Amino acid sequence: MSNVPGDRRYTRSHEWVRPLDDDSVEIGITDFAQKALGDLVFVEVPEAGRSVAVGDALAVVESVKAASDVYSPLEGEVLAGNESLGAQPELVNQEPYGEGWIARLKPASRKEIDSLMDAARYAEFLASQS
Amino acid sequence: MGHRTPLYEAHVERDARMVDFGGWDMPVHYGSQIEEHHAVRRDAGVFDVSHMRVVDLEGAQAQDFLRRLLANDVARLKTPGKALYSCMLRDDGGVIDDLIAYYRSAGSYRLVVNAVTADDDLAWIGRQSAGFEVSVTPRRDLAIVAVQGPQARRKAAACLDAECREAALELGVFDSQECAGQFVARTGYTGEDGFEIIMPVAQAAGFWRALVAIGVAPCGLGARDTLRLEAGMNLYGHDMDTSVTPFESGLAWTVALEGERDFIGKAALQAQLAAGVGRKLVGLILEGRGVLRAHQKVLVAGVGEGEVTSGSFSPTLERSIGLARVPAGAGDRVQVDIRGRLLNARVVKPPFVRNGKVMIEL
Repeated sequence: MSNVPGDRRYTRSHEWVRPLDDDSVEIGITDFAQKALGDLVFVEVPEAGRSVAVGDALAVVESVKAASDVYSPLEGEVLAGNESLGAQPELVNQEPYGEGWIARLKPASRKEIDSLMDAARYAEFLASQS
Repeated sequence: MGHRTPLYEAHVERDARMVDFGGWDMPVHYGSQIEEHHAVRRDAGVFDVSHMRVVDLEGAQAQDFLRRLLANDVARLKTPGKALYSCMLRDDGGVIDDLIAYYRSAGSYRLVVNAVTADDDLAWIGRQSAGFEVSVTPRRDLAIVAVQGPQARRKAAACLDAECREAALELGVFDSQECAGQFVARTGYTGEDGFEIIMPVAQAAGFWRALVAIGVAPCGLGARDTLRLEAGMNLYGHDMDTSVTPFESGLAWTVALEGERDFIGKAALQAQLAAGVGRKLVGLILEGRGVLRAHQKVLVAGVGEGEVTSGSFSPTLERSIGLARVPAGAGDRVQVDIRGRLLNARVVKPPFVRNGKVMIEL
């Protein structure tokens, strides 16, 4: 059973989006995704200032098994990548919703966030996959 | 649903992440394959390898037959219990499988072959044994558990029958004993000391649980792969297959060419040696961030191209290592095409790690 916190939105490619108090959002990968990947050994986070469109490869996570792209759920500008992941890629496995966040973004439109799945929908989506 | 070993329930109870491995439902890890890897290098870990196949050969011509079947020479095994590692070849010198052969007593040998190749191996062995006075018996009634690490022998011995413990601890490397229905061999696939223990299937789950209860870490196929790669040990199907010979796979040391003994593939190997072996298997350490993986292209400046055969992230070295088949003339630096970028790699002679110690210059 994987963890699906209620305070954020989700994509079908297993990214999560958490709105922050200023107008930015935090993005990461879900508990389901980190379990599927296994132990991460490298994470390439995006640089501040980069513009991304929905579906662009925002980051790359590399586990012992395989490398995977993390796709941007929103259009916007990267404010920061989580630099801690350079030395501690395992934070994504250990705290996928906390210290293992991947990037912070200033979205082009807050409205797009609402079109993403909420926790209940994502949990249903996971159940339908197995 | 794939084949299940006698330890399937035990794996599921421990929250193993189960995957299909060549038609078998096996644990890839129980939480973190990197933690399991470290447990073996530092302490002791236990692997379920019951998907591998035990094959017993009995008969007056068992030795004659194996001397024909295998590239290494079982006549080297002079004392009951002794074992050796060998390839089994086709007539053209291509590798059918790698295996360990144990000499049990006069006219009695035991082979342990790989899971994925077991059926084909048995068909081949059956055909080749025609005309020899030998019976070939696959032992699906037996399970295999490998206990590996600096504390492995001590902890495993504690779980054996009391009367068998002392003798088990006195075994030399690549030696084995049979006591109270348990076959204990001081062999392994991790580069650490330890035992591989063959027992009736009914005993396997209890034995595994006893090991875990005294602090041996359950370890899955993920850790098994990173451990064997650090130890410079080949994986059949990746580092060699029927399209290459032992000489192209870093396994010349396992071939006993000298003397009158004729074995299947000998002529082809001799021809290859005479013509010059064009490719070799080498160890690689990747410089920079990235992970070597099988099938990545290797570029050797001024010489040609090769291919990574096995690659992963080494938890002990904290960088990526691999094995690659490259032109014989390759020197000590190559480049590897990783997802469209060329990264530098250094050629090293495996093993990368043995008995917990780093064996190469970082």
